[in-house]
Amino acid sequence: MKRIKTLNTKKLCDSAKKGGCGECQTSVANQKCENKEQT
Amino acid sequence: MCGVVVFCSNPIKFARLLWLRKKKFKQEKLMIHRYKLGGMNIVIDVYSGSVHVVDDLAYDIIGMCESAQSREEIVSEMINKYSYRSDVTKEEVQDCLNQIEELRQEGRLFAVDTFSDMAGELKKRNDGVVKALCLHVAHTCNLNCAYCFASQGKYHGERALMSFEVGKRALDFLIENSKGRKNLEVDFFGGEPLMNFGTVKELVMYARKREKECGKNFRFTLTTNGMLIDDDVIDFANREMSNVVLSLDGRKEIHDRYRVDYSGKGSWDTVVPKFQKLVKARGEKNYYIRGTFTHANPDFLKDIETMLSLGFDRLSMEPVVCGENDPERLTNEDLPIVCEQYEKLAALMLKREKEGRPFTFYHYMIDLREGPCIYKRISGCGSGSEYMAVTPWGDLYPCHQFVGDERFLLGNVWDGVINKEVRDEFASCNVYARPECANCWAKLYCSGGCAANAYHATGSVKGIYKYGCDLFRKRMECAIMLEAARAADGDE
Repeated sequence: MKRIKTLNTKKLCDSAKKGGCGECQTSVANQKCENKEQT
Repeated sequence: MCGVVVFCSNPIKFARLLWLRKKKFKQEKLMIHRYKLGGMNIVIDVYSGSVHVVDDLAYDIIGMCESAQSREEIVSEMINKYSYRSDVTKEEVQDCLNQIEELRQEGRLFAVDTFSDMAGELKKRNDGVVKALCLHVAHTCNLNCAYCFASQGKYHGERALMSFEVGKRALDFLIENSKGRKNLEVDFFGGEPLMNFGTVKELVMYARKREKECGKNFRFTLTTNGMLIDDDVIDFANREMSNVVLSLDGRKEIHDRYRVDYSGKGSWDTVVPKFQKLVKARGEKNYYIRGTFTHANPDFLKDIETMLSLGFDRLSMEPVVCGENDPERLTNEDLPIVCEQYEKLAALMLKREKEGRPFTFYHYMIDLREGPCIYKRISGCGSGSEYMAVTPWGDLYPCHQFVGDERFLLGNVWDGVINKEVRDEFASCNVYARPECANCWAKLYCSGGCAANAYHATGSVKGIYKYGCDLFRKRMECAIMLEAARAADGDE
C-alpha cells in the first residue's frame, strides 16, 4: 500500500536552472515566485 | 537500500561499514525533519524541498534510515513494534522500504546539499542592483508607543519630514540603480508616513510618470498607525498602494497598553473604525492588519480572534523587537505559550476554512509549488544590497532597523553607496555564512533570518537571534501542516 504522499512535485534544484531573476517582492518562505519562465 | 541503510552479514565488517556510512551521511549533508502535528506525520526533505505526509510505519522507518540502521534491523524492529497490527507484515515493511528507496533515487528524500557553491551567487550576479527602498518620509509620530523600535519614530535623532526633492532624488536613485529589473518597490514608512501625506502623494505621482518613461513597475506599500486616515487617504491608498499595513494589536486593552498618544490616551477607538472603512473600500486589494505581541500578551490568539470579530481577514502578528532589558521583551517562559498559540492558530484557520470563513496569516502563507527559487532561499531579504532605507535627509542604511546607527551609514541618494565595507558585509550575508544555520532544517525557508535581529542579539549581522529561530521553526511547522491538511481535504 502507498504509505508516503509527496505534496510538491518540483524540487529546489529545478529552480536553479531559471531562478535568480530577482523580480520577486522583497520579503523568504512566503514569497511568491514572479518569474514566468520558471513557474 | 534507503537513506543510509547498510548491508553486511559479518558483524565486524558491518560495524565498520556502519561507521563509514554514518560519516558519509554527515559529509554528504543530507537533512530531513520529521514531526507530528494536527494528527499528521510530516517529513521535510531539506535539500530537495520535498514535503511528505506519511503513515506511522513510514514515519518510523524514515527515522531509522536517518540513524543508519540496516534493512534487516528495520524489518525486525518494525515487526516487533507493530505486532498488534495484522497489516504490518514483513512484506509490507519491505514494500515501505522500497517506496523510501524510490524517493531517494528520485532525489526527493535524503537529497544531498548541492547548493553551497551557489551561496552569494545571486548577489554577485546582481552586484550593485537596487530594487526596493524603504522611504522614511517622516521621522516623527503622532503616537508614543512604548515598544517602538524607532524610538517613537525619531530613530534616536531629531524629528524630520522628507522633502519632495529628497524623495524625488531617492526614486531617481532607485531607477538608475535598478538596471534590468522591472518590478521596483517603495514602502512609505516612518514614524508615521501620513504626517507627510502631501509629499507621499507627490512622490507617487512622480513615480507613475517615471515608470512609463523607463518601463518600470512601481509597487507601493504604506505602513500606518491609522490616526490620520480620512476619505482622501482611503481613496489614494486604495488606488495607488499595492499593499497597506495597518497597525492594530488586537484586544482594546492590549492595543491601548502601548499604542497611546502623547497625552497617554489609547488609540484603539480612533483607529478601528478608520481601518474598517479603509478595508471595506479596498475590495480585493492586499492589506494586512499587523499586530505586535509582547510579554504582556503571549496569548496572542485572543488578539487574532478580536481582529476577526472586527471584520478583518488578512492578518499578521509579530513578536516585539526591543532591547534586552525592556519589560515588553518576550521571555523564555513565554516561548512554550507562544508556540502553543501558533498551533492553535493553525487549528483555528482550518476550522474556519471548513466553515467557509477563511482568513490568512502572513507567516502561514507558504506555497510549496511556486515558492521562491533556490537563489532567493539562500540569499535572503537583500537588505544592504538590493534593499535599503532612506532617511528624511537622504542618507542610505541597510534597512529600516539600522537607521540611526551611524556605523551602518551606507551613503546617500546623491552619491550612492560610499561605505563599501558595510555594503560588502551585507552582500556576503547568506544562509551558508552563518555556521549556526548549518544543521537547521528550516534554513532554506528563512534564508538565515533577519540581519537586524541577529545584530541586536549578537553584535554581528551574521549571527543568529536564537529566540526568533525557535519561533520561526514553529511557524514553518504549522504552515507546512496547514498545506498538508488542505491537500488531505482535497483528496476526500
